[in-house]
Amino acid sequence: MITYEFLQNYWWFIISLLGGLLVFLLFVQGGQSMINSISKTEDEKKLVINALGRKWEYTFTTLVTFGGAFFASFPLFYATSFGGAYWVWMLLLFSFVVQAVSYEFQSKPGNVFGPKTYRSFLFFNGIIGTFVLGVAVATFFTGSEFTINKVNLVSFGTAGNVMSGWDNPLHGLEALGNLRNWCLGLAVLFLARTMASLFFVNRLDHDVLHKRSRKYTLYNGVPFVVFFLAFLIWTLVSDGYAVNPDTQEVYMEPYKYLNNFIQMPVVLVLFLFGVVSVLWGIFGTVANKSFNKGIWFAGAGTVVAVTMLLLVAGYNHTAYYPSYTNLQSSLTVQNSSSSEFTLTAMSIVSLLVPFVFAYIVYAWRALEGKKLKLEDLNKDGHAY
Amino acid sequence: MDLLLNASAVGWARGQFALTAGYHWIFVPLTLGLAVIMSIMETMYVRTGDEKWKKTAKFWQIIFGINFAIGVATGIILEFQFGTNWSNYSLFVGDIFGAPLAIEGIVAFFLEATFISIMFFGWDRVSKKMHLASTWLVTLGATLSAFWILVANAWMQYPIGMEFNPETMRNEMVDFWAVAGSPVAINKFFHTVTSSWGLGAAFVVGVSSWYLIKKRHQDFALRSIKIATIFGLVSFILIAVSGDGSAYEVTQKQPMKLAAMEGLYEGKEGAGLVAVGLLNPKKEAYNDDVNPYLFKIEIPKLLSLMGYRNINAFVPGIKDVIDGGYTLPDGSTALSFQEKRERGLLAHKALADFQQAKSEGRDTDAANFETIIKDNYSYFGYGFLEKEEDLIPNVPLTFYMFHFMVMVGGYFILFFAVVWYFHSRKKLENFTALQYIGLWSIVLAYLASQFGWVVAEVGRQPWTIQDVLPVQAAASGVSAGNVITTFILFAVLFTVLLIAEVTIMLKQIRKGPDF
Repeated sequence: MITYEFLQNYWWFIISLLGGLLVFLLFVQGGQSMINSISKTEDEKKLVINALGRKWEYTFTTLVTFGGAFFASFPLFYATSFGGAYWVWMLLLFSFVVQAVSYEFQSKPGNVFGPKTYRSFLFFNGIIGTFVLGVAVATFFTGSEFTINKVNLVSFGTAGNVMSGWDNPLHGLEALGNLRNWCLGLAVLFLARTMASLFFVNRLDHDVLHKRSRKYTLYNGVPFVVFFLAFLIWTLVSDGYAVNPDTQEVYMEPYKYLNNFIQMPVVLVLFLFGVVSVLWGIFGTVANKSFNKGIWFAGAGTVVAVTMLLLVAGYNHTAYYPSYTNLQSSLTVQNSSSSEFTLTAMSIVSLLVPFVFAYIVYAWRALEGKKLKLEDLNKDGHAY
Repeated sequence: MDLLLNASAVGWARGQFALTAGYHWIFVPLTLGLAVIMSIMETMYVRTGDEKWKKTAKFWQIIFGINFAIGVATGIILEFQFGTNWSNYSLFVGDIFGAPLAIEGIVAFFLEATFISIMFFGWDRVSKKMHLASTWLVTLGATLSAFWILVANAWMQYPIGMEFNPETMRNEMVDFWAVAGSPVAINKFFHTVTSSWGLGAAFVVGVSSWYLIKKRHQDFALRSIKIATIFGLVSFILIAVSGDGSAYEVTQKQPMKLAAMEGLYEGKEGAGLVAVGLLNPKKEAYNDDVNPYLFKIEIPKLLSLMGYRNINAFVPGIKDVIDGGYTLPDGSTALSFQEKRERGLLAHKALADFQQAKSEGRDTDAANFETIIKDNYSYFGYGFLEKEEDLIPNVPLTFYMFHFMVMVGGYFILFFAVVWYFHSRKKLENFTALQYIGLWSIVLAYLASQFGWVVAEVGRQPWTIQDVLPVQAAASGVSAGNVITTFILFAVLFTVLLIAEVTIMLKQIRKGPDF
């Protein structure tokens, strides 16, 4: 029997999965943040940009779909977070806007501002797109400052007729005042750079870049592990935002996220599996000079680990988007979801997702049958 | 002071949305139109094996790619702005409005993004037929994306398939197919997509005309004109048909918008359609006695015929919509603005009381308040408006843009017919005047395309959702200062990118195709 509760949890799973896929695909951004360091000569830069340029649309589309799916399934989150943490999301969007044109424009004649400008756009998106997204996701655990009072719409409360008001005039930038948020932001940045290095190891037919990418896997992998562990341990030992299932009252519970892992052993096992897979991908590549498949281990591990982390934020009677200025305004999977009808309709649409995966895999394989080298760029007819 | 601040923030948020949508719509119609044209050209290549068709298709694909990138860039902002700048709106109707956006992502964007990479990079990596299928799938993806976003837009113009839930304080979907298949959505989709095809055709004919003027790449230019002219002629005939359908839907569902489009203040039976007209700037109030026109030429009875499929039907004017009292198509009498406002306020008060009663556990009272809300919900949005004038959109803007658009539509039917005639008789190469007309017609197509959206969006003011939520109640709690900053940033960024885009495109055009 498909109940409303099942649908709500199903959609939290879909959102978590999309989040996991998005973080994996951020390797494109990670690569962008290294264009000027990992590639030195113009030919190297060209190869790196073209390797990433054939994948940027996947990340972009996943981000847009993540936004759309969040809107459709948890509209209260969409309204509260986007309308409140205004600057966080605007910063993120700006970075993606400038990215979208940069691949296509950077090497085209007549691009007015020269390739360097577009490459700096790519760099900006590489740093901001990953770091800010990490900070935003960290607030799922550390909390934000907002108050929801829906009756404001017709009764004009202190926030005028705004139903979900943000309590900090910095509109989201205040999240940068929390060191734990920085930890996840930096972890995502270095993870993206690590995966980009692994991607280059796997994709490029170029000796110098190959060697350098292996080194960069280590240089970025180590800070990733440090920041990620800092965030993880800090979160596990902190108080978390728990929900009383009977009264729906939100309260602070010591070791809430640790308890969630313990009380959901499947999630814990999968999370550990994901983390080990990421580490395997990284250190296997660093240790073994002929191991080229690190990206698949790290990528799959990232998808699984991030998905599980988001499940821990929302499942097991937890408020996934907490407000520490007004605890009872915190968003839970139950109080912020769409109606049963909409979730059902959307669930039917979600059955198309495996089909979407199938043709993405087909396209990926069709284009990636062999490694990318400089000579191919001219043959394929559409080089960036 | 707070209210003033709020009003200013709403104004800037509207400006920001209009700016983004306006820029987005410079690039998207061209990609929608070019997509079909380049797909047809590639089909010609696969069918005939003629390499020149392949090169022709490839050239237009490059132009497509340049536009696609910047269309994507401006599009992402539109999606997220519903949350960032219209949070009340997102909360109030996200249950319905979010679904088409999510479906657009799952069904359309991935299709487009995946097969575009095969289209660009797969010429030597997949078979000819698979490549052709990929190009068509890019076209399908782009068109499906247009469909879902237009479903969402149409729902704002004609909210249907939903019920208000006073407990969650939001509108909830109860009929998916009513939303996805609403007559407004279907018409809007056909009108918008065919107009984009028309723009794409005008662009291809215009650019090809430039080659003919310069006597360069003539074979390529004539091939392109052959496909684009037939496609353009068919498109503009379909635009006229779907435009008539749109006018009918607007009359039925948004009478105030129609009245503004026609500058019609006093309603009448057997109303004529203004073919050409000049509005009187001295007309200051909707109910003064000043004649709204300085001059007009009218086609008798046509407005009644288009709006109600009856040459003698009564078409309400701006004054009638405000004063009410006329008979609606369903036989009931239209309420006045004041009556609607009172009922809207009644619903507002009942909603606040309902919430109070619920929180205090007074279930019987809550049930009574719920009945009052239900009985008056059709006028919920009117409770946010204060005076009659709040209901009137900008009449001159809507009027002139509408008439310009219609005239350009008529012009293009003639234009494509003439070009087709001369092309088929192989006389186009030497008809320089027509080549220049073709080149400059690109501008007309762009203006008409933009103006169409101005009519649709300015004409529906003050509503974000017709009769349910006006703009001033839909915004986020972000202050004007923040929105002004992002507005300026967007304005500068989009302008800079537009300059780059146009320059790159002109360079590509100057360089020309590979043969």
